[in-house]
Amino acid sequence: MSEANTSSTVVLYVNGTRHRLSLDHRTTVLDALREHLDLTGTKKGCDHGQCGACTVLLDGRRVNGCLVLAITTDGKQITTIEGLGTSGDLHPMQRAFVAQDALQCGYCTPGQICSAVAMLEEAQRGWPSAVTADVADETIGLDFTEIRERMSGNLCRCGAYANIVTAITEAAR
Amino acid sequence: MREFTYARPEHAEEAVRLVAAGDAAYLAGGTNLVDLMKLGVARPGLLVDITALGLDFIAEAPDGGLRIGAGTHNSDLAASPLVRRRYPVLAQAILAGASGQLRNQATVGGNLLQRTRCSYFQDVSKPCNKRNPGSGCPARTGEHHNLAILGASERCIATHPSDMAVALSALDAVVHVREPGGQREIPLADFYLLPGDRPDRETALHPAALITAVDVPPLPFARRSAYRKIRERASYAFAIGSLAAAIEVADGVVADFRLSFGGLAPVPWRARLAEEALRGQPASPEAFRDAAARELAAARPLRDNAYKIDLITAATEQMLCALSG
Repeated sequence: MSEANTSSTVVLYVNGTRHRLSLDHRTTVLDALREHLDLTGTKKGCDHGQCGACTVLLDGRRVNGCLVLAITTDGKQITTIEGLGTSGDLHPMQRAFVAQDALQCGYCTPGQICSAVAMLEEAQRGWPSAVTADVADETIGLDFTEIRERMSGNLCRCGAYANIVTAITEAAR
Repeated sequence: MREFTYARPEHAEEAVRLVAAGDAAYLAGGTNLVDLMKLGVARPGLLVDITALGLDFIAEAPDGGLRIGAGTHNSDLAASPLVRRRYPVLAQAILAGASGQLRNQATVGGNLLQRTRCSYFQDVSKPCNKRNPGSGCPARTGEHHNLAILGASERCIATHPSDMAVALSALDAVVHVREPGGQREIPLADFYLLPGDRPDRETALHPAALITAVDVPPLPFARRSAYRKIRERASYAFAIGSLAAAIEVADGVVADFRLSFGGLAPVPWRARLAEEALRGQPASPEAFRDAAARELAAARPLRDNAYKIDLITAATEQMLCALSG
């Protein structure tokens, strides 16, 4: 197999900026962000879709960056933690995480915040979850049980869950 | 990971032609395939991306059922008002699986074809008759507390990991596929193969078959249906046992009934013996329990997984009481 056909040129729109990259097909969105664009806010945890540290928004929907091949995202919009807010102008979810002390080491935090932002939009669209009593209900009340279930794809080994749920509840208000 | 070439055709015929040439795999959401490629379990030389084939749709069928495009994301299917109103068991099964991130990326076709999470299958340093035929099955005497009690063989005791397929099995879904020879429809009941002597063969599909759609026939009493998943943590884990059920009760008697089990067998396990046993019986906890026991009489548990029999019997009784109450 020649080297040429195992890599391709990909155009990624990351946080609103167009990037044209030549990437080995094996490159995931996570590795493209960290290794090729120096956007290291998105973290590599398990690299197998089990921990959620690599959560980014792909065309507005939360996905695990470690399981999405960059070649499949040609022309798509990717939003990372760097695109949600800046140190001078934090996203409301970032402010809530700071205010509620919703982290200890902080490694899972970018993934938690990206996931939470998209999760609130899913709930606003009326998407049910595994703990929604009647899946036909069109309005979702985001209590602690719903938030915990909807955030179960983001692990926190420090165990900051209690404050994470509180922070998301605050940001949802 | 092995290097690979990549194609994103716009016509299904072209996609099938590319995969039929060999050493290739279809790529949809990739949530299972990319993981297996990282693990070295899957080593395709060509990935054929099928996301440009127009397979992302949910349509109401003329007969009142649903036609679901194979490229529909799991989260969109679970969010569909049609699914939530008519087939709550299907919405609940999808929502019981994986995480919000994975459901956004994963697709219906890929969900049906996902591979077992048996730890020996996923570890290329270990023998596994499914991954490497003839190499043996360390699970029989090793770590099998979460493996099959129904339908397994000497060669393989892996379980099928899908939740969605368990609901689709109870709903008599039909899978549409395109193969090199043309198109065909396969009832879900005939779609999966029991392992027997060939655990490496998991479906009745041609190796280059492309799933294009899944039909869910109308089933009015599915409005009273549910999915229950039991796992070792509250969320985001594979089932140690699950069930999909729909029940119609008239004058205290079970008029019609559907039941499938997940996490117990190498395939989504349609509990036809339990269905036969319960139809025409009074809707009582005792009858529910007896029906489950009738199905599970065929169970052949190993050292560490006999607990699943009591677990699923109790869960079946509990769910049917709730659905018929």
